[in-house]
Amino acid sequence: MLYTAIQSLSSHWKRRPGQLAMLAIGLALATALWSGVQAINAEARSAYDRAAATLGQDQLARLERADGRPVSLDTYLALRSAGYLVSPVISGEIRDANGRLRVLGIDPLTAPAAAQGPALDGDLDLSTFFTAPGLLLVSEATANGPLPTDLPPITISSDVPPAAAITDISTAARLLGQTDPSYLLVAPQQPFGLPPLADATDLQLRAPETANDISRLTDSFHLNLTAFGFLSFGVGLFIVHAAIGLAFEQRRASIRTLRALGTPLRTVLLALGIELAAIALVAGLIGILMGYLIAAALMPGVAGTLRGLYGAEIEGILRFDPYWALSALFITWLGAAAAAVQAMIRTARMPLLAPALPRAWAQASGRAMRVQTVAALALFGLAAMLALFGQGLIAAFLCLAALLIGAALILPGVMSVALRFLPTRGAFSEWVLADTRQQIPGLSLALMALLLALSANIGVSTMVGSFRSTFIGWLDQRLASELYITAADPSEAAFLMDAIRPDVDAILPIVSADQRLFDRPAQVFGVVDHPTYRQAWPLLAQSENPWDQLATGNAALINEQLARRENLSPGDLLPIAEGLPIVGVYSDYGNPNGQAIVSLDRFADTYPEVQPFRFAIRINPEQAPAMASRLREEFGLPADAVTNQDQVKAFSIEVFDQTFLVTGALNILTLGVAGVALLTSLLTLANLRLPQLAPLWAIGTSRATLAKVELIRALGLAMLTFIFALPVGLALAWVLLALVNVEAFGWRLPMQLFPGDWTRLFALALIAAGLAALGPALRLARIPPARLTQIFAQER
Amino acid sequence: MESPLLDLRDIHKSYDETPVLAGVSIGMDVGETLALTGESGSGKSTLLHLAGGLDRPDSGQVMVQGQDIGQLDDAARASARRTQIGLIFQQFNLVPSLNVGANIALQARLSGRHDAAFCTELAQRLGLDDLTTRYPEQLSGGQQQRVAIARALAPRPALILADEPTGNLDEETGDAVLSLLLDLVADTNAGLLMVTHSTRLAARLSRRIHLSRGILEAA
Repeated sequence: MLYTAIQSLSSHWKRRPGQLAMLAIGLALATALWSGVQAINAEARSAYDRAAATLGQDQLARLERADGRPVSLDTYLALRSAGYLVSPVISGEIRDANGRLRVLGIDPLTAPAAAQGPALDGDLDLSTFFTAPGLLLVSEATANGPLPTDLPPITISSDVPPAAAITDISTAARLLGQTDPSYLLVAPQQPFGLPPLADATDLQLRAPETANDISRLTDSFHLNLTAFGFLSFGVGLFIVHAAIGLAFEQRRASIRTLRALGTPLRTVLLALGIELAAIALVAGLIGILMGYLIAAALMPGVAGTLRGLYGAEIEGILRFDPYWALSALFITWLGAAAAAVQAMIRTARMPLLAPALPRAWAQASGRAMRVQTVAALALFGLAAMLALFGQGLIAAFLCLAALLIGAALILPGVMSVALRFLPTRGAFSEWVLADTRQQIPGLSLALMALLLALSANIGVSTMVGSFRSTFIGWLDQRLASELYITAADPSEAAFLMDAIRPDVDAILPIVSADQRLFDRPAQVFGVVDHPTYRQAWPLLAQSENPWDQLATGNAALINEQLARRENLSPGDLLPIAEGLPIVGVYSDYGNPNGQAIVSLDRFADTYPEVQPFRFAIRINPEQAPAMASRLREEFGLPADAVTNQDQVKAFSIEVFDQTFLVTGALNILTLGVAGVALLTSLLTLANLRLPQLAPLWAIGTSRATLAKVELIRALGLAMLTFIFALPVGLALAWVLLALVNVEAFGWRLPMQLFPGDWTRLFALALIAAGLAALGPALRLARIPPARLTQIFAQER
Repeated sequence: MESPLLDLRDIHKSYDETPVLAGVSIGMDVGETLALTGESGSGKSTLLHLAGGLDRPDSGQVMVQGQDIGQLDDAARASARRTQIGLIFQQFNLVPSLNVGANIALQARLSGRHDAAFCTELAQRLGLDDLTTRYPEQLSGGQQQRVAIARALAPRPALILADEPTGNLDEETGDAVLSLLLDLVADTNAGLLMVTHSTRLAARLSRRIHLSRGILEAA
């Protein structure tokens, strides 16, 4: 009996393959976008885990100086002589025009087992590892990517994180020009009888890192992606819901017949469930494949974003994980079940003797609309409370969710009211408006999907646009110098500067040192006292005469990230040297880490080992090209060692645009899915509306006119949805800029408006709605009169 | 003593407090054909639905082959409909996505009584043998009703309930369809309870009863 019931019900799809395709497309799209995002997240997290596990960082404690500078060799030797099992690591970055590489030098003979990793595995020829020129162990992706020149031979190892190399300590010392260990790894078991390490040294003992800084920092980005994935999944489910609803409505009579012929209700429900599970299986598999392709296509962009925004290294390639595929399939089933709940409940509650009239399946009552409106207002209230009093990223995202769901819920009510107030002329336009109001419940899910997609688009593009325009303005201020020069080493730098000094307005050294501030990685810069900084450096908060105070060497400026994270403001003390008062806070977009600026003299006192070899040159802009040529030709500097302001800006903007490539792609995909949702709903209604249109045709309205009305109606509804999406999107942008960004990145941006983007999006929305409505409208225009006369001949 | 095929005892039924049937009792034997006539709104269709287990009476008994199907739960009533009763509706109620052959075999397969040879014979006798691969929308009203009759007879039910089976057909086609139905009912020894407006058609059945405002009157 079950088999016959399944066969009877599923025969529906054989007769309507387009509808089956729509259902499958909805499920596949929902699965693809959700699973694609999950694949990206999983890949990135696995990269963080590998990075966290490098040299056993997740298992081994380490000894380091409180200021983050190298540990002296004497201290290391003293600890070893006292019998402590510690092992030196030299860590640093090599960077040139070709690429960059983080180098980790270990001493395999003293390193604890957890830190030996790939260095001492069986396949490696230890003699080449220990002896010059040494050997670098890198991941396959790193080996294939751009690398600095003049590196020792390379061997592939899958245990090494992206953009990093593990090598012998002597090789690292040579490559990095550093002899003292950056830190010491501590074996978990120390010889019996020795006093605790904390008593034996002034170095700071850092516990193993269970979650490293990167994974903490990037959580917000992944949460962001997940939110987008979820939004797309939800929008995709609107399609599934519409397709299932249509199938239910069309099979209502068949279901009734089956039941009248003696098929128990549970058998009918079981048959519908099995049928849906089978469709979801096939669509889910297609979706997983699409999701994998989407993720693989977006992966390089995500890698760019993570590197640009957080300094996190992940490979731009994607591995296939069966667990991910299974969980995506499970989510597809769950989503299909959620989308089918309403139809299933209707089937279960459908009285056996109810007339099989093709009523609009989703015709909600006025009461349902009122309940939705009340729920929406409550959600808006919640969003306002969260915006005013919420703390943390979760509260910011909850505020965002409450705002979006509230807007979606209130949309049908807003539309209904708006249509009531539209002027009408003549009986026909009265009918059109009344009929449109009647259709809103049936179309509401699709319109909600469109609203979500449009609002997300407006919100995110306003956020990115504000960010971009602020960033470009900020670059103009920060990159005030005409030329930037990188010398091979400090001595060449000194020679070059002496040579060009008479011909330029000013030479501004660029020096920086890595320093841990408030137990997080940070950078300290030294600057000379020059109008370039006084005039161009944008300060968000300052005490009196900040640049004068900085010039004395007894004050510091900090970036916004550090100020927000540690809740610092002018007047507080920064733990550099004996403690420097903060005299200003500057914006520093795109930097994941804390940063501080001190005077060049203070810098030289604090970090005597750092010698400047990069410089910014102030020169008459018209003379800059000639100076650049002279530096290249007369002093033999490589082309990439002399860059002008425009090149740096262009590169920075390129990095910025790459950073938001993923967001843009997801935006477009979500809008596309919303378009398909609208198409499905219009197809659904087109089939159900014939009994309402047939009488109009019979009393003298041509099929072409009816089709035109359908098309114009869809465009009108899309327009109304867009008008409503505009304030919702702007509110969304405000939440993103004022709440999410501050929590996630540590900086706040001024919100700017981009009417040009709205116009483009408005046109896109109309195109999507027009395309979605075109098919059903054409079908109506060409419908055989016999089909319309049938409406009068039979009840269904 | 053998139980009557259908025994409706003192049936009462109301919808929204409006009485539709007020104490109706009808008995029907195996092989009997009974016409139920009455004006619109007299409760004919309601009575047929109760007899077919599609609905439950407010009070009274609906005995089909000795079993009170009005007391059964949904699943058991569904089983009774599947195996003991064949239903023919005025609106045909064919499954539009199944072809004629599959529609004829549908109830027989649901009840586990599918006999392909008998289905073929039914199709031949009803003049549908050339149409088995067509879909309902490709058939005329008379052809659709013949498919519905074949579907109801295919599982060889003891009782056929027909709700104005010729109501949507012209007089000539209606007469032809009824002739076929009566022949087939006789051949399968089923009982037939048919609701009709037409006294002319009712006259062709072995017994007639008339329902007026929910009360049975002598025909």
